[in-house]
Amino acid sequence: MSAERSLDAEIGEILPRPQRLNAFGRALRHKGVIFGAMILALMIIVALAAPLLGTSNPTKIDPTCRNKGPNVECVTRNDAGQRVPVMHWMGTDSLGRDVYSRVIYGARVSLMVGISVAAIAIAIGLVIGLVAGYFRWLDAIVMRLMDGLMAIPGILLAIALVAVWRAGLPAVILAIVVPEIPRVVRLVRSVVLTIREEPYVEAAISVGTPTPLILIRHVLPNTLAPLIVQGTYICASAMLVEAILSFLGIGIPPETPSWGNIMAEGRTLFRVTPHNILFPGIFLGLSVLAVNILGDGLRDTLDPRLSNRV
Amino acid sequence: MFIFITRRLLATIPVLLMVAVFVFLLLRLTPGDPAAVIAGENANAQQIEEIREKLGLRKPLVTQFAIWIGNVLQGDLGVSFFYKKTVAELIGERLEPTLMLSLCTMLIAILVAIPLGVLAAYKHGTWIDRVTMAFSVAGFSVPVFVIGYLLIYVFAIELGWLPVQGYGRLAQGLPNFIERIVLPSATLSVIYIALIARITRASVLEVLGEDYIRTARAKGLTEVKILRRHALRNAAVPIVTVIGIGIALLIGGAIVTESVFNIPGLGRLVVDAVLARDFPIIQAVILVFSVAYVLVNLVIDLAYTLFDPRIRY
Repeated sequence: MSAERSLDAEIGEILPRPQRLNAFGRALRHKGVIFGAMILALMIIVALAAPLLGTSNPTKIDPTCRNKGPNVECVTRNDAGQRVPVMHWMGTDSLGRDVYSRVIYGARVSLMVGISVAAIAIAIGLVIGLVAGYFRWLDAIVMRLMDGLMAIPGILLAIALVAVWRAGLPAVILAIVVPEIPRVVRLVRSVVLTIREEPYVEAAISVGTPTPLILIRHVLPNTLAPLIVQGTYICASAMLVEAILSFLGIGIPPETPSWGNIMAEGRTLFRVTPHNILFPGIFLGLSVLAVNILGDGLRDTLDPRLSNRV
Repeated sequence: MFIFITRRLLATIPVLLMVAVFVFLLLRLTPGDPAAVIAGENANAQQIEEIREKLGLRKPLVTQFAIWIGNVLQGDLGVSFFYKKTVAELIGERLEPTLMLSLCTMLIAILVAIPLGVLAAYKHGTWIDRVTMAFSVAGFSVPVFVIGYLLIYVFAIELGWLPVQGYGRLAQGLPNFIERIVLPSATLSVIYIALIARITRASVLEVLGEDYIRTARAKGLTEVKILRRHALRNAAVPIVTVIGIGIALLIGGAIVTESVFNIPGLGRLVVDAVLARDFPIIQAVILVFSVAYVLVNLVIDLAYTLFDPRIRY
């Protein structure tokens, strides 16, 4: 034992540091991962600190200060009834609400939708995929079901589900989750199918390890890296789909400040107030870009087998 | 090969059946009485009763499904209560704009993305490659409608070159049609270009390392000929596959683009239907889009076996 340990130590000294890092260590040094994670962290800080950063209440209506361009100051009554000047850095919308505050608060909705959709889709897809991949008789049925779901274009499926459940944050999240599930199931299943042929799984079966334990202890860890990568992509696309649904007027209720809603509101008067689409669009595009770059970086480092695929 | 084609055709049936089951269940998933939901909010008791009778809502679910699918196969997609027309009629009216938008988008995307992807692979590691890759990541990150409004702002409002919104039917003359389809197609093609350029680059890059490329170069072929005849041809299968899969993306994008540009197509129809909770339309549009998506991919799969002699199943 001691001889082995000293050999390890020696090898450690010979090899340059980066090569000794494991996949997660390498990921943390990847430029894309660092860049994406930094932008994402910034968005999370903005979302959490929204009450501190917002200059006024994002739902406060000011009829005397409608459709103003960026950097316009309006005098309005505050909660105490006093007249105070309010600076509108990103202008106001057609109800006189402060676009800057709405954009800042909109980060909350976008991030919440992105993260919760990714988490729920992966949780559900993981369970279905593990079970389908391991039990052959279930596999055929489950995969036909998934093929059917995948045959319906994602946004269309989400639109249909929103119509069934009616608008609201939980309904929107679930509607975006459903089209993502088949993709997670397929990914998990493909990992399970390769791992179950491994000698260590065979060994585990031969010593009588119960199936759930095999799945949790031997198969599950192998799905971790590809699922993290897939999760970031799901998060990015969920943020986009939420914005699309809200923009179409069938997503989150219009009074909630979400980036899609701000843009939907700005649609009608686009010629007068293009900033209502521009500012939330920049925030949304930048957030999604950051998550996508993060995903690409994680894919390259955690799951190199996938790096050649689209 | 005949066995493969038959098997591939047969495999399509369960997929389409699953889609049909889902579309059928959509109405039954809604809280409340499906007949009342179909009839809409302004229907009277008699209308609701008629629908209940027509759909056989008192019969078992399987029988209901059989009746429904029988009607669908005969082209009876139900009646929209909002428009007071049959859904089949409505879809017929709205088909042209969506079809034309999709075809023009595909044309632009293929004409731009494939040369771009090949160039990026050829100039691997240079700034051209990096710009192409950056564009393809960015193309996936910016929502379609932001691109749409950006293009409207620049080309329609600031420069005044093209109309802001609307659709010109082919029957009303080609110039009007082209003038109005350019911006929406360009908008919608961005994400598609990003997708196709990415896979073209990856696929061509892999082929460029092959021995036969070196052989072609050794026998003195021009670089253009090498790229077109040897590299692109051998890299074509994954590219065509992704173009097929990307149709799902295209359909989603078309729904949004039609809203931005006020195009009276199927996408606009389904969004309005969701707002009015006009379920027969929602069901029919999902059915039409999904069947189109599945069939196009079926044709692409079959086309491989016919055109690429190396593929044998």
